[in-house]
Amino acid sequence: MNNLVKVQNVSKSFGEVNAVNGVSLEIEQGKFFSLLGPSGCGKTTLLRLIAGFEIPKSGKILIDNKSMDGVEPNLRPTNMVFQNYAIFPHLNVEQNVSYGLRKKNISKDEKDEMISQVLELVNLTGLNQRSANALSGGQKQRVALARALILKPKVLLLDEPLSALDKKLREQMQLELRHLQRAVGITFILVTHDQEEALTMSDKVAVMFDGEVEQVDSPRKLYERPASQRVASFIGDMNFINEKALETKQGLKVNSEILGEIVIPKNQVSGNLSNKKIIIGIRPEMISIVSNNFDSKGLISGKITDISYFGITTYYKIECGSNAKALSVSAQNSFGQMDYKIGETVKLKMDVNSLVGFLE
Amino acid sequence: MTRPSKYLKIFAYTYLVFLYAPALLLPIFSFNSSQIIAFPLTGFTLHWFETLLYQSTLHEALRNSLIVAVSSSILATILGILASRSATRYDFTGKQISLTFILAPLVLPEIIVGVALLIVLIQLGLSLNLWSVVLGHTLLIMPFSILIMNSAFNNLDISLEEASMDLGENQFGTFYRIILPLVFPGIMASLLIGFTLSLDEFIIAFFLTGTDTTLPVYIWAQFRFPKKLPTTMALGTLLLVTSFLLLSLSEYFRRRAVNSRSSVL
Amino acid sequence: MIFEIRTETKKGWRLLSIPFVFSLLLLAAPLTMMFLLSFWTQDYLVLDKTFTLNNYIEAATQPVYQLLFQRSLIISLSVTFFTVLLAYPMAYFISFYGGERKALWLFLITIPFWTSYLLRMFLWKVILGYNGVFNSLLLWLEMITEPVTFILYNANAVVIALTHGWAPFAILPIFVSLEKIDRSLLEASRDLGDGPFHQFFRVILPLSAPGVVGAALIIFIPTVGDYITPKLVGGTDGLMIANMIQVQFSKANNAPLAAALSASSLMVVAFISIVFVLFNKKYLRRY
Repeated sequence: MNNLVKVQNVSKSFGEVNAVNGVSLEIEQGKFFSLLGPSGCGKTTLLRLIAGFEIPKSGKILIDNKSMDGVEPNLRPTNMVFQNYAIFPHLNVEQNVSYGLRKKNISKDEKDEMISQVLELVNLTGLNQRSANALSGGQKQRVALARALILKPKVLLLDEPLSALDKKLREQMQLELRHLQRAVGITFILVTHDQEEALTMSDKVAVMFDGEVEQVDSPRKLYERPASQRVASFIGDMNFINEKALETKQGLKVNSEILGEIVIPKNQVSGNLSNKKIIIGIRPEMISIVSNNFDSKGLISGKITDISYFGITTYYKIECGSNAKALSVSAQNSFGQMDYKIGETVKLKMDVNSLVGFLE
Repeated sequence: MTRPSKYLKIFAYTYLVFLYAPALLLPIFSFNSSQIIAFPLTGFTLHWFETLLYQSTLHEALRNSLIVAVSSSILATILGILASRSATRYDFTGKQISLTFILAPLVLPEIIVGVALLIVLIQLGLSLNLWSVVLGHTLLIMPFSILIMNSAFNNLDISLEEASMDLGENQFGTFYRIILPLVFPGIMASLLIGFTLSLDEFIIAFFLTGTDTTLPVYIWAQFRFPKKLPTTMALGTLLLVTSFLLLSLSEYFRRRAVNSRSSVL
Repeated sequence: MIFEIRTETKKGWRLLSIPFVFSLLLLAAPLTMMFLLSFWTQDYLVLDKTFTLNNYIEAATQPVYQLLFQRSLIISLSVTFFTVLLAYPMAYFISFYGGERKALWLFLITIPFWTSYLLRMFLWKVILGYNGVFNSLLLWLEMITEPVTFILYNANAVVIALTHGWAPFAILPIFVSLEKIDRSLLEASRDLGDGPFHQFFRVILPLSAPGVVGAALIIFIPTVGDYITPKLVGGTDGLMIANMIQVQFSKANNAPLAAALSASSLMVVAFISIVFVLFNKKYLRRY
């Protein structure tokens, strides 16, 4: 397991603002790695630090075990796909793609061969002579990719490459990028604020807030076992229930009006185990709605107060417990029909294994 | 908006007529056969233009003016590119003050600049010739060049330069392959404006030229000779047309420098 | 962080150094030299470098120089006043009623001024002369019987010529600031009861102040030091300080006095400009 990119305790400020604050990361070679976080969390700055467009205030960045201290962007083994694509407007597709090849002594034939290969890779065959002004957004993005990939960098950096595309195109490009990465085997580092995007494409994701990395994990782990409430609410939807907890040998014992008497295993909980206050999180799709008629021992009941229809699923707002705490529950619409109506009383079933706990 | 009041409209058109009136006299009296510049007009002639062809002093002055204009516009544009690039791309201590200083000739009365330069050149014992005029003109033109190049550089997306570096080019390669082609219209505009300004400039040339005259200095001398008035008018007409063409061309380039061609998307 | 600032500062100065040094040598050094010179005396061709304030005293006390300073200021202020006064309605017209042809109007306004300044001022001499275009036209049209004399070879001629000459330089800044006025503000003022007269004085004029102040400075500062126009059309009564500076420099061989006169005019102009800007500071706040 070779860690190609090593970020060691890197910090960067702009004036008074700490954009990146003591971040350390190791990114494995050949993997699709994403930096995920809300606007202003420092992810783009971190990317630019790796690319060489910013210089760290402190800390080191190593690529392939070589320090990048003082190494200019044009000499780093990285290439970047810019957010606005940065396609040179006065050059055509072929000239854009072959731009970085000028420095290398390559015969014209070889150059042409490389260009055709990479254009095929990004599905732009035949557009060699097209002028940059005549390209659509999606095409510009592919040219930007081709331009970077033709140089066979060790690391490909992508700065929110899909944010300017419409939803359908974005979804299509997500799959294409994923396939592309697997096909060329290059390490991809992608920056995005869209958690769905990060989860779909990546092998590993680093979630950042306020200049610091909060959690680095596979998409599945991030989703099922978020390390903090912030991560939990940023990725997907989650219900939060405040309770009191007692530490026992098996786990954390909680006596909850809504959840009943449960014991949460310690590996599903983060924070100081001796804390008494716990916030329990459960995803909307992890709560099942059971009709009132069924055998309802041990289940809590609630009343549906709001419905949001999403085609495949419906999100129900269900008030339960004496505090009328509203839980968000999602259920698949069987045969395309919404099963429950507003005002209906239903019973809810939850599995302890799908809970996470955050001790304050 | 609503219709303007009648008076405002009349005012506007009258104002426009008065703006044009003096300049229109040039062509009118260049073709007028009378030697006296006065109404009524006496007849059409090309005679005055013809005499221009035989004035060797005029030709020499023109030659000198061209040399000065070309040199100073090139020099001023180069310096302007350096200054403007540094102003638009980097932020550093002393930037504001030094730029204000460089732009100062825009607000200083020309005569003061001329006198000051003259003093220095005399004290240094340097001779006054065309090159002293070139230096003076460059000083005057540089601020204009900076202003034009500022808008050209500001319109250049920085991500294009970063992309070029990211793809392996160093600073020089990036400048030559990306920056230069994209700010080229601005450079053309700067050269043309500089050329025109230098061609027309009188005061600095008057103070700093030795025995070589430039065109405006020649024209100034011609003012003493009432008999030569129509010829001078003919020359003025030619200059008017030339300035018009050069400045139209410059405006064309300036517009191209600022439009969306150098920006991305 | 210090390391990083130095790189950007280094890069910035590397580029700026050449033009800056150029300006330093050709502007700062000469101006300093001129300033120094003003404290010395010149006897024919010999320069006496003992420090003295005599030149400034002479500049300040001799009636001829006082007269010239006063006249230069009055002429410049008149020119500024009249030019701005006439330019404002024009800029107003273009901004509010120009519609789609605004660019065309602006273009048309600047064309006549693409001729050489020298030629244009000379044309005024031709126009305003006793047998000049203006008089001959009026005589020909039989609107007058005798040529008009008060318009040439005096201060009036200088004011007329310069007011015409500076027109586009006044129109443009005023136009720009009028364009910046949010049109919904005008509608609001109407809605709140203002008629056109009040709307102009309470909303439009104050908001266009930056443009007016800019135009005034653009015109006033260089006009004080104008040489060409007074020389061409000023006669003896219309000569200005720049003409005297030139005379002292060449014929009178008194460079130090010329330097002192130059420095004094610079200071006077700077003083008036600063006072003017401060006076209007209230209206110059950025919105």
